[in-house]
Amino acid sequence: MPMEKKQKRLYLRIAILAVLVAAIVYTIYTTANKNDVKLLKVGDDAPNFSLVDLNGKTHKLSDYKGQGVLLNFWGTWCKPCKKEMPAINDQYKEFKDQGIQILGINIAQSELEVTSFTDKLGVEFPIVIDKTRSVMRAYNVDPLPATILINKDGKIENIITGEMKEKEINQYLNSIKP
Amino acid sequence: MKNITCECGHVNPEGTHLCEKCGRPLTEEEKHAKVVDMKYEGRAIRSKTYNKTIIDKIWNFFSSVKVGVSIIVITLVAAAIGTFLPQVMYVNVMQGEDAKQAYIDNYGTFGKIYYNLGLSDIYSSWWFQTLIGMLAISIIAASIDRGVPLYKSLKNQRVKRHESFMKRQRIFGEKEIAADKAEESLNLAEKKMKELKYKVRREDGVLLAEKNRFARSGPYINHVGLIIFLFGVMLRLMPGFYIDESLWIREGETASIPGMDGYYLHNNKFTFETYKKEEQKQEFNQSKAAVNSIAKNYQSDVVLYQSKDEGIAGETQDMKKVAHHAIQVNKPLKYDGYALYQMDFKLNELKAMNFNLVNKKTGKSLGEVDIDLTEPKKEYDLGSGSKVEVKGYYPTFSGFDDGEPQSDSPLPNNPAFIFKMYTPETPKGETSFVAIKQTLEPLGTTKYQMKFQNIETRNVSGLTIRKDRTLPILAIGGIIFMLGVVIGSYWSHRRLWLQRTNDGRLLLAAHTNKNWFSMKKDLDAVTTYAHLPLWVDQQEEDEKEMEEKEGDNTL
Amino acid sequence: MSLIDLSSTLLFIAFIAYLVGTLFFGGAVKGGKKDASVSNKKWGTIAITVTIIGFIANLGYFITRWIYSGHAPVSNMFEFTTAFGMFVVGAFILIYFIYKLPSLGLFALPIAILIIAYASMFPKEVTPLIPALKSYWLTIHVITAAMGESILAISAVAGLIYLMKSVDTQKRTKSSIWLEIVMYAGVLVLGFVIVTTTFKLMDYNADFTYVDKNGATQEITYNTPALFGMHEYEMKSPDKMKPLAAMPALVNAKKLTTVVWSILFGSILYIIIRLILRKSISRAIQPLTKRVNMQLLDEVGYRSVLIGFPVFSLGALVFAMIWAQEAWSRFWGWDPKEVWALITWLFYAAFLHLRLSKGWQGQKSAWLAVIGFVIIMFNLVAVNLIIAGLHSYAG
Repeated sequence: MPMEKKQKRLYLRIAILAVLVAAIVYTIYTTANKNDVKLLKVGDDAPNFSLVDLNGKTHKLSDYKGQGVLLNFWGTWCKPCKKEMPAINDQYKEFKDQGIQILGINIAQSELEVTSFTDKLGVEFPIVIDKTRSVMRAYNVDPLPATILINKDGKIENIITGEMKEKEINQYLNSIKP
Repeated sequence: MKNITCECGHVNPEGTHLCEKCGRPLTEEEKHAKVVDMKYEGRAIRSKTYNKTIIDKIWNFFSSVKVGVSIIVITLVAAAIGTFLPQVMYVNVMQGEDAKQAYIDNYGTFGKIYYNLGLSDIYSSWWFQTLIGMLAISIIAASIDRGVPLYKSLKNQRVKRHESFMKRQRIFGEKEIAADKAEESLNLAEKKMKELKYKVRREDGVLLAEKNRFARSGPYINHVGLIIFLFGVMLRLMPGFYIDESLWIREGETASIPGMDGYYLHNNKFTFETYKKEEQKQEFNQSKAAVNSIAKNYQSDVVLYQSKDEGIAGETQDMKKVAHHAIQVNKPLKYDGYALYQMDFKLNELKAMNFNLVNKKTGKSLGEVDIDLTEPKKEYDLGSGSKVEVKGYYPTFSGFDDGEPQSDSPLPNNPAFIFKMYTPETPKGETSFVAIKQTLEPLGTTKYQMKFQNIETRNVSGLTIRKDRTLPILAIGGIIFMLGVVIGSYWSHRRLWLQRTNDGRLLLAAHTNKNWFSMKKDLDAVTTYAHLPLWVDQQEEDEKEMEEKEGDNTL
Repeated sequence: MSLIDLSSTLLFIAFIAYLVGTLFFGGAVKGGKKDASVSNKKWGTIAITVTIIGFIANLGYFITRWIYSGHAPVSNMFEFTTAFGMFVVGAFILIYFIYKLPSLGLFALPIAILIIAYASMFPKEVTPLIPALKSYWLTIHVITAAMGESILAISAVAGLIYLMKSVDTQKRTKSSIWLEIVMYAGVLVLGFVIVTTTFKLMDYNADFTYVDKNGATQEITYNTPALFGMHEYEMKSPDKMKPLAAMPALVNAKKLTTVVWSILFGSILYIIIRLILRKSISRAIQPLTKRVNMQLLDEVGYRSVLIGFPVFSLGALVFAMIWAQEAWSRFWGWDPKEVWALITWLFYAAFLHLRLSKGWQGQKSAWLAVIGFVIIMFNLVAVNLIIAGLHSYAG
């Protein structure tokens, strides 16, 4: 048999085996890591959204381009949310004139619950209610509280799940200051 | 590499059993066999012929049918073991309990061993997937190694075969014949075989009649289908090809749909129906099975909306109604490649509570308050100077912390309220804490109370959202597979060779890849019609001889 | 007569016709080597005629029940198993007209009879369809799958006859022992049918309460005298037999009782048969297979796999996947019934490869065909009754 033909056959075999082995490895790898798949990662574009706050003002993320944005997802039943809320509020007072926006995003609760909660805590930053859980789903938020930091270019700078201390909040906000 | 040169002069590659050109047996084994092995037309199976590099060795390993069948059998056994106990996805794991504990609780020591060996999630295990992958390699390697030479051989086959080839066919016959008679026989045979839908080729004194050669391609076609199918299955692991989400949605609620950006669903109503007695057959009603009512329908009446700009989450101002549908089991809502399925439900979740503001002493009512538990109002005005303010609402009241009521969930599982009641009699207001079966008056005894009247409930639909962009690929794979299986199973490749030898004999040989019985019917028809030699099934003769030797001693 | 009564009567007629047909097929294969071919032919013609009459009655049962219930009668164990038995006869008739092999009938019909008898041990009432079954795919998927399985079953019948003829039943070999075990298994099914029917005719009912594995108290009625009691059982029918032993919650003691009764009775039946015959059943039957052409049987076995395999693939996998996608939102979910359909399919794929490439013909191929039938029956019986899954609609 001519050498050339044999070579060709060998290459064909290598190619087929390589493709199939790669497919098997890929399948095993993705199955093993199925549960870690996150829709959203640091560095991604922050999904745009538009929600109305308790005073009837519409907040659209794209309007805050050029500013650092902190999104805090919370619910009244969530204890750590309640704990970190005053700290966020304090930091809000400090940073609100430095090109920082803070939005509290409540997950689909009634206005009554939300207002009585924020009134009690004296929250000053805008609170929006995500009635349809659309923003929560867009940001793939599951356990509360969850905080998303967005830089002035609209990219996600950091994703924090769980309660934050005031010092940490300060650092985070400094990191997204324009 | 040793080539084998046949007596006819043709050079065959190593591993060839029967000369590619004339069909002479080339191996010692075939030379001594009464009937030659006609698999792959006696061509060299490529994998067996050389074995030099490691790649060739791996390839040859997978190309072997023995290895292929072994992989099939191992897969089969593993699949069977996976059914001994329910797989982890079908096991009810209580909240806060891990799956292992669930197996121990339900199935004892056996369950524990089963879980520890990883058999409870066998089909996602790395080794099971490797098995399927190896099966795919085996299918491809074996098909290429056998399909290519077989195709070449059938395409290039000669009309004239050597006598030794014909003699070693399972069906063979010969007779002495004059040259002109032989020619007449061949003419008649050609006519008859054409009638029987054979393709007939003739050369000087030889005839080849062939039918349904395409049937030989069946196995290779169905293997292509299988590979496409497996490719589709793999593809769905890639991001974006497959969406599998679930959504609990209450009656009256509008929710965004997970996995479907820019779409919103409104649930009008969930219905659960069982069969009524009169809908069931009489003899069924008399049987024991009729004690339990039988489910008739699970249905969610929904409206699907699409927001104008799907890039903006939460934008529900300009939604467009795109579909409305009664989702039932077996009747999913399909839209834009997505499908929404009725999968689960919860009945009778609290929706609204109705209270009556009454004077405790006289029992006189000042009016009713109807509180929507998903959107309670701040204040309910009852007219004539009476009103009720809701100072606090706790959907799942779980106790007091620091004197303050707590709620540990946003769902109205155990609603509690702090009411402030204003009446002409008590213009400064009285405060009362009201929970189910519990009333507290933290700021002193009140004259009035919010007396619980009744509740309204609603149902919750559990839906599954799917999008599977691999379905068309799987469908194509499935169709090609079925086509291949049908071609390979329902048609058989039949051939008849006739040859007039120089010494005045007429030889007849025939071969089919299966269904010899039907082939023989064709032969019976042509033999008498064209005065062909009487033939025998050499394999059957062997058997008869054997039987006669054994003798009749069984009765 | 109401439609459902007519339907039952037709099934009974079919059952009787198959019994009679078996006897005539017996006549068609008897006799020496050379003589009697004319009379055999006559017996054979009568046999197949009776079988076809039975099959038409069976179809009549199927159609009238379909009209009466408003859905294809394949929605519970009784209906499906009966349909399977009917298709086995249908597949036999098909193969008979290709190969004209009366001995095939002699074995296929008793198997169909056993299947139908087994089916009628389940509740026969027309049950309304649960939502998951309300789909035209019920008709398409189940009937195609059952047809495929029944054609594959014919290959097991051919295999069995092949083994009957080729295995030397006088010597104690692995093959002869296994062949006798196959016979014994058939007798056990008969034992189950007889035990169940006997106690049903006696109207035996014993009520119990027991504690299930979730700790809930449940009621259960035994239709055979209780050998084993459910977990922490309490008898509610004082005059009935007291269970000999209690079982843990994991075990369904009622089913276990039925199984043990069947084995017990089947074994006694087997011993009686052996005592009467004074030889093994396979040896007693062997002479009936004397005149069959082994080449032809081998081909019948192979051919029925070839015909059945595509039908089975289509019904039990392709149509099944399409329906599963529609009803359960995924075409494949590793439900036990699905897995066993896949196992069956893989098994016959292995069968075909062994035969085509490794030259496994004759006895080897015949044994494989018999094992294939065992797998099919396992999927029908055990997976529905023992292994819990989405398909276990029938108790």
